[in-house]
Amino acid sequence: MRGAVRIQALLWRVPWLRAWLLLTPPLAWFVLVYLAALVLLLVTAFWTIDTFTTQIVQVWNLDNFRTIFTEPAYRRIIGRTVTMAVLVTVTDALLAFPFAYYMARVASRRTQTLLFAAVLLPLWASYLARVYAWILILNHDGVLNWSLQSIGLPPANIGYTNVAMWVVFSYIWLPFMIIPVYAAMERVPESLLEAAADLGARRWRAVRDVVLPLALPGIAAGSIFTFSLTLGDFITPILVGGAGSSFIGNVVYSSVGIANNVPFAAALAMIPVAIMAVYLLGAKRLGAFEAL
Amino acid sequence: MSSSAGSPAGWVRLGTLAAAAALAVSACGATSGGGGSTLKPPPTADMKPLSAIGAGEGALNLIAWEGYVDPTWKDQFQKDTGCVVNAKYAGSSDEMVTLMANGGGGQWDMVSASGDADLRLIYGGDVRPMNPALIPDFANFQPYFQNPPYNTIGGVHYGISLQWGPNTLLYNKKKFPNAPTSWNVIYDPANKGLVTVPDNPIQIADAALYLSKTQPSLGIKDPYELTQKQFDAAVALLKQQRPLVKKYWALASDEISLFENGDAMVGAAWPYQTNTLVADGKVQVADTIPSEGATGWGDTWMLATNAPHPNCAYLWTKWVSTPKVQAQQAISFGETPVNTKACAEMEALQAGSCAQYHADAPGSYFQSIKFWKTPIATCDDGSTDCIPYAQWQTAWTSITA
Repeated sequence: MRGAVRIQALLWRVPWLRAWLLLTPPLAWFVLVYLAALVLLLVTAFWTIDTFTTQIVQVWNLDNFRTIFTEPAYRRIIGRTVTMAVLVTVTDALLAFPFAYYMARVASRRTQTLLFAAVLLPLWASYLARVYAWILILNHDGVLNWSLQSIGLPPANIGYTNVAMWVVFSYIWLPFMIIPVYAAMERVPESLLEAAADLGARRWRAVRDVVLPLALPGIAAGSIFTFSLTLGDFITPILVGGAGSSFIGNVVYSSVGIANNVPFAAALAMIPVAIMAVYLLGAKRLGAFEAL
Repeated sequence: MSSSAGSPAGWVRLGTLAAAAALAVSACGATSGGGGSTLKPPPTADMKPLSAIGAGEGALNLIAWEGYVDPTWKDQFQKDTGCVVNAKYAGSSDEMVTLMANGGGGQWDMVSASGDADLRLIYGGDVRPMNPALIPDFANFQPYFQNPPYNTIGGVHYGISLQWGPNTLLYNKKKFPNAPTSWNVIYDPANKGLVTVPDNPIQIADAALYLSKTQPSLGIKDPYELTQKQFDAAVALLKQQRPLVKKYWALASDEISLFENGDAMVGAAWPYQTNTLVADGKVQVADTIPSEGATGWGDTWMLATNAPHPNCAYLWTKWVSTPKVQAQQAISFGETPVNTKACAEMEALQAGSCAQYHADAPGSYFQSIKFWKTPIATCDDGSTDCIPYAQWQTAWTSITA
């Protein structure tokens, strides 16, 4: 009894000990389960398989990475994945900025709630249902071509192309951009805008010189979601992509599930990890983590 | 789909294809004989199959293609035997192999594997020999399907054949008023953006089959046993085909919607797609087996090595081999029964269906169909310079990327 009291007193007097005791179990779990698995993955990437038997050969080498960087097919896949992630992020940022601005600074309280619900509502439906809905819109006899033709325009025929993937990705990840941008904008103090107005700035000038810089961390935070989610996706390419739409994820999937080539899959999986590491460093500079 | 993507699956599965090819390596030093007999026997070759079917265990866990465990014939089976059937539907041969490798501890009883998965399951030790003497209808099977090379090795049956079907050429009748007679329509630049083919490495065999007729100088005899030169030629043909392809389809339903929406006009398909499209009636389609012949699939019910309910498994195999169930499944899925006695039952269910599905075909018909089998390094003549499946997959990635 007395011992327990003493421990309590000790914990109270030494705050860092308390923090340690609280943090150790989750940290241990994180390090052991998650980081250890990542390290194991990294290690396999430097092994190889005997192409004849497909058994893992534990000889250190860089063959997998050499294949990835010299084989045009893999460079094309990585290039396509990264380009798509960038395009989707830029598109979502452009769409989200005016939307979030309206939500945070113009709309009434009531409209704000309605808009917020509208942004979140699609997340209630399954990812697959939303992608399939887009297939119905974009395919040859779909709503898009039908609408274009009914107003006398030529059909767009973008079903099963990379353009279709761009549209679908931009739609699917848009809420993940709007919400952090909205949060950042809502935090812009009204007094700053009033000061800008007092100093003679019109509305556009205030948006450009006051709101935009302060919303930038929100955009950076949102871009982490849109960029990483696109980078790691492999279902949308299967469903809406045409010939030549494989992403890094698709090749990792088939390398493990079909070819039994775990080392190669591991090597390829390191590419998005490396890209994201660089990306997060950049996002941190822009203050993305304060806006999360 | 995601079930086979999980990396634990990949880790555990390291044995399957690897084992097949590893055995091929050990055959290197052996003197070459005919018929692939230089391969070391599969790991389960010495397991004694049941000699009599005992009482059912009350349950049966199946991995099956969707539509293979239909209430039409499942319900009666459950009533008769007391074996409650639990089916898990797999989306691809690769998923079946993964599930079986992970269920080796005794979760699954049987799998309705196609020929491109069979050798991987057999040499991976995931399935065990079966005793056809316990299946009375086995004697009525088309002779080819009593011991096809994809499920029977050295006279040991690693499963009982079920149904088969050809990979046909499906086309839109408006676009092609005259039935195409050659596979060249899916390689012809005139059809740019109108072609769809399966997203499956085994598709390389279709290109090889086409080349075996159009470029005899390559000397392709078996589209699943390709030397490096023959393999490169097939891959080159498929790379030329890529700009023509609207989409590589993963599920039969993908291809059906591609045709219904007018996104695809011609492609490689199964009779199932034709039947569904004809029944829907939205577009006018037909299918054909072109002059070069076709690849095809033969499905087999295989018994898991550690099956917890072997008696129910045999009862099930016996049941699905009977003429009536064979006919029911053939008509509901659009495939062909292996039991020759099923023809009359098919006619009773749907007049003309027996001939439509070639259930009455003579033995020579099977020469025109090259049935799927897992490509392994050991060629039929015993040499080991054939391209194994892992390389088919790598090549397929570079084709479709």
